[in-house]
Amino acid sequence: MDPTHLTISELRRLLDERELSARELLGLHLERIEAADTDVKAFLRLTSEHAARQAEAADRALKEGTAGPLAGIPMAVKDVLCVKGIETTAGSQILRGFKPPYTGTAVQRLFDAGAVMIGVTNCDEFAMGSSTENSSYFPTHNPWALDRVPGGSSGGSAAAVAAGEAVYSLGTDTGGSIRQPAALCGVIGMKPTYGRVSRYGLIAFASSLDQIGPFTRSVEDCALVLQTMAGHDPLDSTSANRPNDVSRSLHDGVDKMRLGVPREYFDVEGMEPGVRAAVDKALHTLEAAGAELVEVSLPHTDYGLAAYYIIAPAECSSNLARFDGVKYGLSEQDVQNITEAYMKTRRKGFGAEVRRRVMLGTYALSSGYYDAYYLKAQKVRTLIKQDFDDAFARCDAIVSGTSPTVAFPLGSRTQDPLSMYLCDVLTLGGNLAGLPGISVPCGMSEGLPVGLQVLAPQWREDVALRVARAYEVASDMRVEVALVD
Amino acid sequence: MPLSPEEVRHVALLARLGLEPGDEEIYAERLSGILQHIDRLQELNTDAIPPTAQVVEVAATLREDEPRPCLTQEEALANAPAAVDGFFRVPSIQEEA
Repeated sequence: MDPTHLTISELRRLLDERELSARELLGLHLERIEAADTDVKAFLRLTSEHAARQAEAADRALKEGTAGPLAGIPMAVKDVLCVKGIETTAGSQILRGFKPPYTGTAVQRLFDAGAVMIGVTNCDEFAMGSSTENSSYFPTHNPWALDRVPGGSSGGSAAAVAAGEAVYSLGTDTGGSIRQPAALCGVIGMKPTYGRVSRYGLIAFASSLDQIGPFTRSVEDCALVLQTMAGHDPLDSTSANRPNDVSRSLHDGVDKMRLGVPREYFDVEGMEPGVRAAVDKALHTLEAAGAELVEVSLPHTDYGLAAYYIIAPAECSSNLARFDGVKYGLSEQDVQNITEAYMKTRRKGFGAEVRRRVMLGTYALSSGYYDAYYLKAQKVRTLIKQDFDDAFARCDAIVSGTSPTVAFPLGSRTQDPLSMYLCDVLTLGGNLAGLPGISVPCGMSEGLPVGLQVLAPQWREDVALRVARAYEVASDMRVEVALVD
Repeated sequence: MPLSPEEVRHVALLARLGLEPGDEEIYAERLSGILQHIDRLQELNTDAIPPTAQVVEVAATLREDEPRPCLTQEEALANAPAAVDGFFRVPSIQEEA
């Protein structure tokens, strides 16, 4: 099989047995990118020289027997994770040209394990969006249907893995930005528990929600990449000092596990019948593999979107205050005073959706509205978390669709922000409650991939991965590479 | 409730976002639509519910306050749009007396 279609563990065997060198593997991926990325546009920037140095080091380590678990495997990084000396812009014009003076912890841990970084992937500006159309550079195209979106905000990272341009990639998930594009591109994507992975070096969007996670072609690969990145980091005080044991029950199967089916997640607005049918079939597969399906209720589901669209914009308006045209990035210098400099720089540097969210968040936090909006949303967040606590008292994990729809046509939702926000209706609860969640491909609808979401209690990535792995085995699922002649 | 043009201008100033022709109308329309959806939160009685600001139970960690290596001045200023004599350069922040 073409090496650009393989998983990390399969490629590692080839590398260990010297059937392929890391340099050769890198070359094959660069060729694939050259062939496919003029159509897909997953990458904002390639880092070929950087990758060549890492591949050479990997080949040496493989020869000397000192290779780390990810040695020689080409990967891609979303444009919100700082890598020293490599332009990182959060998909925004306001950071054009910014070269971070340091590398973030999650990426550094992968580098230390031998990773070969091949490029920087496209995303919605500051990770705000569900289609990657809010990138200030260009939209990314879904490798399964080039006239459709890859999902977002980590659309470039999902599309790169789906198109065989990278073996795995990193994204970030604030309301569904890993799981939803994973579903729409037919790959695996995981958002860890809030606090599992250090965010040092991540350009912040909404600090009480953001997490970094992987896109991969197998559940085993997902566990490996997560395990490598996870764990306490003194440089991020929100990273938890907890046992890092996400892989411990990966192959235990679902026999006798109780899987919660929240009826509210099957009746959401805009749920496509084809998606529902594919998810129902996946639930039957899990049941046939020995799981017990139990009905659970998440009664505040209808309020999740409203709470999220106060909390996330409020936090973004605060986080994005740092983009002032003084320390880095775009700067409007032809001004009379500092306030004018701020206002001109930010108007010019931020795109329409980012400005809309900064405005919304500022309004929700402003004097006279704080109690009615921000405080209210935080209280509703408590109710939503309580819903999940109650559900997990009755089941080990919650299963549902990841996105109510398959990939939609480019341009079809950009004029109506609320219709775009509804893409995240099944994923954002996991962020509000801090839960780990994974999306695995579970068939097709209208010729496009559908995702099955597994949510687990906080710190129980092992449970989510175990269910996902059991589904992968029971359904004989293999992530396919799209856009192959 | 829809946002008035005055409110839009007030919030834009708070957010330090300049307004260009047409912006006020776009913000008023788009934000009002989103706020209309958000207003459904008022249906819920949350008088007895505590707010959640932080969702996992992580205790604040302390560390020894020891000097560690950090960015050099050159590194810290490398991305600055304007720097002079080792400082970030900014437009004047005070009117001349």
